[in-house]
Amino acid sequence: MEFKAFLIKYAEIGVKGKNRFRFEDALIQQMRYALQPVGEFSIRKESGRIFVDALEEYDYDEAVEALSRVFGIAGICPIVVEENKDFDHIAAVVCDYVGERYEDRTFSFKVNVRRADKKYPIKSMDVAALLGEKLLERYEADGLHVNVREPDVLLTVEIRDKVYIYSDEIPGPGGMPVGTGGRAMLLLSGGIDSPVAGYMISKRGVSLEATYFHAPPYTSERAKQKVVDLAKLIARYTGPITLHIVNFTDIQMAIYEKCPHDELTIIMRRYMMKIAEHFAKESGCLALVTGESIGQVASQTMQSLYVTNEVCEMPVFRPCIGMDKQDIVELSERIGTYETSILPYEDCCTIFVAKHPVTKPRLDVIKKSERKLDDCIDELLKTAIETEEVVKIHAH
Amino acid sequence: MPEIYFDNGATTRAFPEVRELMSEVLDIEYGNPSSMHLKGYHAEQYVNRAKEEIARSLKVEPKEIYFTSGGTEANNLALIGTAMAHKRTGKHIITSCIEHASVYNPLGFLEEEGFEVTYLPVDEKGIVSLEALEKALRPDTFLVSIMCVNNEIGAVEPIEEIGRIVKKYNPEILFHTDCIQAYGKMKLFPKKWKVDMLSVSGHKIHGPKGIGFLYIKEGTKIKPIIWGGNQQKGMRSGTENVPGIAGLGKAAELIYKDHKDKVTKLREIKDHFRQRVMAEIPDVKDNSGEAPHIASITFLGVRSEVLLHALEEKGIYVSAGSACSSNKPEVSGTLRGIGLDKNHYESTLRFSFSVYNTVEETDICVDALKELLPVLRRFTRR
Repeated sequence: MEFKAFLIKYAEIGVKGKNRFRFEDALIQQMRYALQPVGEFSIRKESGRIFVDALEEYDYDEAVEALSRVFGIAGICPIVVEENKDFDHIAAVVCDYVGERYEDRTFSFKVNVRRADKKYPIKSMDVAALLGEKLLERYEADGLHVNVREPDVLLTVEIRDKVYIYSDEIPGPGGMPVGTGGRAMLLLSGGIDSPVAGYMISKRGVSLEATYFHAPPYTSERAKQKVVDLAKLIARYTGPITLHIVNFTDIQMAIYEKCPHDELTIIMRRYMMKIAEHFAKESGCLALVTGESIGQVASQTMQSLYVTNEVCEMPVFRPCIGMDKQDIVELSERIGTYETSILPYEDCCTIFVAKHPVTKPRLDVIKKSERKLDDCIDELLKTAIETEEVVKIHAH
Repeated sequence: MPEIYFDNGATTRAFPEVRELMSEVLDIEYGNPSSMHLKGYHAEQYVNRAKEEIARSLKVEPKEIYFTSGGTEANNLALIGTAMAHKRTGKHIITSCIEHASVYNPLGFLEEEGFEVTYLPVDEKGIVSLEALEKALRPDTFLVSIMCVNNEIGAVEPIEEIGRIVKKYNPEILFHTDCIQAYGKMKLFPKKWKVDMLSVSGHKIHGPKGIGFLYIKEGTKIKPIIWGGNQQKGMRSGTENVPGIAGLGKAAELIYKDHKDKVTKLREIKDHFRQRVMAEIPDVKDNSGEAPHIASITFLGVRSEVLLHALEEKGIYVSAGSACSSNKPEVSGTLRGIGLDKNHYESTLRFSFSVYNTVEETDICVDALKELLPVLRRFTRR
């Protein structure tokens, strides 16, 4: 059957008291963004409910998919809207709805009626009972029966300015609407983990910016495009992302030439954090986000994380920290970034990796090695920051 | 920054005359050659003229030319089409170990379908062993497919000798040669060389992409692999790509015009480049074959992609191994086939030239290599 409207139920934001309008407005803005490529819809809020009305022909699956990427949505209910509130008419519409929606009608049901329109001549309980009777009249022979405690199908009829009928609720992603939780800077590589980390942080309502480090000619234009593509996939959940692309070649070369080779990755990551933090401060971010997970690689042991973390003043959030690789892979498959993540282009973390990098770096030792860069590093960092390329990434 | 394009083995810039003719077809003579009216007849004329031009370049009949969507389809048609026509009588196919993926992979498919394939070895220059060929021929062999010019190193295979050996053993055996890198770079004599099928691609000779042809000697036992409205005598259904065909015909005409001068120029560019590289850059190895337009050089101690991207920053476009194997850093079949080890084939670049290139450009390229290599060689994985 064809639905022309949806009722959106929202998650935690229902309890936010006086701030609720801010959360609702953010949610509506994200919904508008998500539905943009699907077609023309009008979105309106009405006493604790958000309604989406299709204004033209659209693809139902595409719309549901788009909405199920909007953080803050708990459930998506496809609804039938009826303007004529006359009881006999409503009863006929409800019967047709059940007939069309359920081919096999051997199930138990309960009718739940809400009256926001208190002027409606029949009381809610009575409307429910009467509708139940009508439904049984028509479908009892098919196996339809009533169960008010544990119904298979809960049929809801809301009587407001119009009448709304629904019985399905497609789960949304939960979380909080993006834009309500501040702003953070994601260190985005071309790998599997960082897009997942960005997704998880953003789910808590956080808007994202991202920083990517490339090292031409050691990494290619295609590797850069891959990161842009990943950012685009994340933007389907987070809304537009500002991506900072930093040329890291000279810094990497300097570390390679002057510092012990087994410390290359750890020192490199410290400078990456430093640069990302610089852009974060500039754009009003209050935290950094990485895809690190304890012990996954040499640069992500507890000791390495301690040493990398030490350069930052801002909090660094690592939402994948306790996840196994397989769990991260599964989540990346679910959010649709996996296929892009595994494209085989070198990124700047992998090109000069030592055969046996340090796994238990000591801060004092690393700092001593870094002193060998004293004569050039300030200048190199300055150049890297000044020559950044900024790309505004849109989901569609 | 001027662009220096040394990746003509991957594809070429179209001749301006090709573009003009194609735009005329797209704009004015856009008819369908199968339409009965005058507009259709005019379109058909472009197809016929292209066939005549191509037939002239190969000294064959126009009716023996069948247009395809490119070199890959031409190779697929030759291999799968003859296999389908011989599945009751023959079983065995012979090819070399350095063929392009568009020969190699259809043969893999045929192996899955129950055919047997022998892959002939090559020597260190990439030349197919004729002795091995003689030994490989069997009573149930129905097809031999050997490329004319190798795409990765430019080795030129002894097609005439191969034709002689095959037909002496059994004149019924079909001989196919992939001439995608050869056409336009040398004169080809399919009749004299006893070639039954010959594949060519448009965009390697300054023609458009998405068009190619297969020469099929009249009387060859072959079945179509694409079915539909029976265009091209049923051998290749589908409305003819008239702008593409017209462009290909024009490119064929132009590439063989003043051909000797063109080849001399290519050879001059290639030899100058190789000589300077070998004389002025340490730790290099020259893998280049006899083809006039392909130089394959190993630069030990630097990964090919890195050198490729470093040259690209200077506006110089080359390819690592073979560009046709797309983005996947697959190991080159040819480079391994001629016995290079991992350190060598991961450090090899292909420079492929066209008539649009100049000796001066190769000088700029050699100077760039001399500047880049000492730096890049310092930063290798330790």
